[in-house]
Amino acid sequence: MGEAEVKPKKAGPVQCSICSQRRAALKRPKTLEQICRECFYAVFEEEIHRVIVDNQLFKPGERIAIGASGGKDSTVLAYVLSELNRRHNYGLDLFLLSVDEGITGYRDDSLETVKRNEIQYGLPLKVVSYKDLYGWTMDEIVKMIGLKNNCTFCGVFRRQALDRGAAMLKVDKLATGHNADDIAETVLLNILRGDIARLSRCTSIITGEDGPIPRCKPFKYTYEKEIVMYAYFKRLDYFSTECIYSPNAYRGFAREFIKDLERIRPRAILDIIRSGEKFRISTSAKMPEQGTCERCGYISSQKWCKACVLLEGLNRGLPKLGIGRTRGLNNGLECDTKQSNGVKNIQSKQCGTLDF
Amino acid sequence: MACGAGNCQSGCFRDDDHSVVTEKKKLTNGTLSSGSDLDLPNHHNLCLKCKVNETLASSGTVSVDGDIGRFCFDCFRGNLFGKFKLAVTSNAMISPTDNILVAFSGGPSSRVALQFVHEMQHKAQKNFDASRDRSLPVFGVGVAFVDESAVSRIPSDEFDRAIQDMKSIVSNLAPPEKAFHVVPIESVYSSNGRDRLEELLNAVKDVTGKEDLLQHLRMLSLQKNAYENGYTKLLLGSCTSRIACHVISATVKGQGYSLPADIQYVDARWEIPVVLPLRDCLAQELNMLCRLDGLKTMEVLNSPHSGINGLVASFVTLLQEENPSRECTIVRTAGKLTPFHFNQIPESDDSNAHLASRRRQKKFNLKPNESVPPQSYCPICNSPLSKSDHLILSSLGSDQTNADIFGAACCPSCQFQILPKEPASMEHFYSLLPQQFVVQAKDRSSSMQRQLREQIQDFLLSDSEDGT
Repeated sequence: MGEAEVKPKKAGPVQCSICSQRRAALKRPKTLEQICRECFYAVFEEEIHRVIVDNQLFKPGERIAIGASGGKDSTVLAYVLSELNRRHNYGLDLFLLSVDEGITGYRDDSLETVKRNEIQYGLPLKVVSYKDLYGWTMDEIVKMIGLKNNCTFCGVFRRQALDRGAAMLKVDKLATGHNADDIAETVLLNILRGDIARLSRCTSIITGEDGPIPRCKPFKYTYEKEIVMYAYFKRLDYFSTECIYSPNAYRGFAREFIKDLERIRPRAILDIIRSGEKFRISTSAKMPEQGTCERCGYISSQKWCKACVLLEGLNRGLPKLGIGRTRGLNNGLECDTKQSNGVKNIQSKQCGTLDF
Repeated sequence: MACGAGNCQSGCFRDDDHSVVTEKKKLTNGTLSSGSDLDLPNHHNLCLKCKVNETLASSGTVSVDGDIGRFCFDCFRGNLFGKFKLAVTSNAMISPTDNILVAFSGGPSSRVALQFVHEMQHKAQKNFDASRDRSLPVFGVGVAFVDESAVSRIPSDEFDRAIQDMKSIVSNLAPPEKAFHVVPIESVYSSNGRDRLEELLNAVKDVTGKEDLLQHLRMLSLQKNAYENGYTKLLLGSCTSRIACHVISATVKGQGYSLPADIQYVDARWEIPVVLPLRDCLAQELNMLCRLDGLKTMEVLNSPHSGINGLVASFVTLLQEENPSRECTIVRTAGKLTPFHFNQIPESDDSNAHLASRRRQKKFNLKPNESVPPQSYCPICNSPLSKSDHLILSSLGSDQTNADIFGAACCPSCQFQILPKEPASMEHFYSLLPQQFVVQAKDRSSSMQRQLREQIQDFLLSDSEDGT
């Protein structure tokens, strides 16, 4: 729990600081305690169980979809959730829900992993694809818009895809594998980018309660390093490559910073989350109002939901539609009727030459 | 290169005061090639604002890439002074009867703060001399430098030279005359300061905790000096860049609740209220001004940050390089967090000031904070404690030592990074604390006891604590 000071080399085998019986096999990333494997499994699982119970994430009899990408977070989530469901009698019906974004060499490989998880954990799997839902794969999207804003498209599309899939499965909730590192990054990102509305929501362990499908994050206080360690020691089957389109994401800045931070003070990750929980937002700050999208009926704070705006852009060959700061409603969507006024904020257009 | 079109929305330059560095997207090279006869960004080398003088970029003093380069020197300086003046007037920072103590570190931000305050005072003095009835007095200004030579490793001859330079800077900023105080940081102790200070800092193992404790002692010594010398306000040169770093580092240390208290224009929770008139100026601009205006700075006294603070400083620098409006965005976002009731100048008995502040509040849409004031503050860093942190104090048993009570009164961040973990070390640490920290904690815990007792008064059958 202390700062990473320079420790003298271990003289010989160290006893586990929890059970004092077995030999310590690892140093716990969250607390730097030296513990054995069995105790690590126990504290890891127990902490998640406490989070689930203390925050009342589930009710007996609920159908829960686990967002499964085949990556370590969702694989460990599926494993631990089904284990805890058995051990503590949560009484849940668990499903795996996977999204196929259409990224060759990445997603098709990780989908194979999820299909194996379906068999290994005995959880029914459903796959929804961008191609079916939107008519575009990420490969096609990137070919059109390049590598700068592709993560925006993918993130927006995935959110809706998960909701659609969850509706098809008729589940009550969606559980995602967002871990403490992710949430800490998001808090920082929202500060850096001025998104006060998201800043007020992003540390909530349950979101979207007034929307189609509530989502929860059982791993909210679980360190990414510990998830990796758990998967490694338990020899869980997961796919461990970064998305091939992601290197330019702005989140990378926050991620690097947090990695450096963790080295100096491991508990800083949790401290960021706690800060995020304690932020009090002025009521005078403008907050978006919730409505529905005119085009598809999905939840939206604008006239059209973001997915529809982005799709419109793709279908009309306007890759920047919906990207960048919105000056007015829907960022240029009313351009047809308001050409003479100049369209709001199309970044790459030069003044004086705005036309469609 | 303002295109001049009123409704142009492509984000190119507009000539209004605030557009210089706060709102800007970077102009891409392609913007100019749309049929105008301007081939290079600095071909058109007249100031964006006054359109009369040469820009700083074309006179070779500033690199072409910077936004600053598009103004002439006068407009650039005028813009900075304008931001300073607006902050002072709209937040009632300086009233005619005030005695302002300017904290001067030798760095560029506080150097500019000192310069601008002097210019305001000088103008007020001229008005006073010229006026017939002499009704409005001129506010006083003093300068304080915190001498940390007891804890830092600067060679003493460099140090003495720097002090001499400061003395001459202050004496040149006259009329009106200004007192110059060299405040040794060990003055927070009434006796044996240097040794006790060294022992205190050695008792803190965490690198970041040590740095932060020093920062709190710095404020304590300034407050003490201001109080003892009759100053009514303490003025710091904290700029946007420094505040942006504080936003990130406070977030990282778990201080999300108290963060808004430290980043407003006014911080009146101290005995001597603290004001930050350079809150809207970037470090880059202030550095530039010192360079261009020949304002001398003494950088040798400022040592780089280490630990978390150092990491955050590099991070923010990196982000700022990637996007020059990042620091502003960070401060603006944090500015949307609810401030505390003490983040405005308390209303005095002076009815004129009261009316003026009402008008100001209305004009700038400043709402006084309606929430209940925090019940307690951390005795070390003075940050307001949230209800949940506050509850821990009330759960103590009756057999706790003073050191335990003190520890429980501190905020979670100070408890983790400053206070020693072992009870014996904690007792020792407690004995080394400056009186001020200890007194505040004692007041707080006894007021807590009193509050609890009041709630259950009607049900107590005996008057004494143990029920006999």
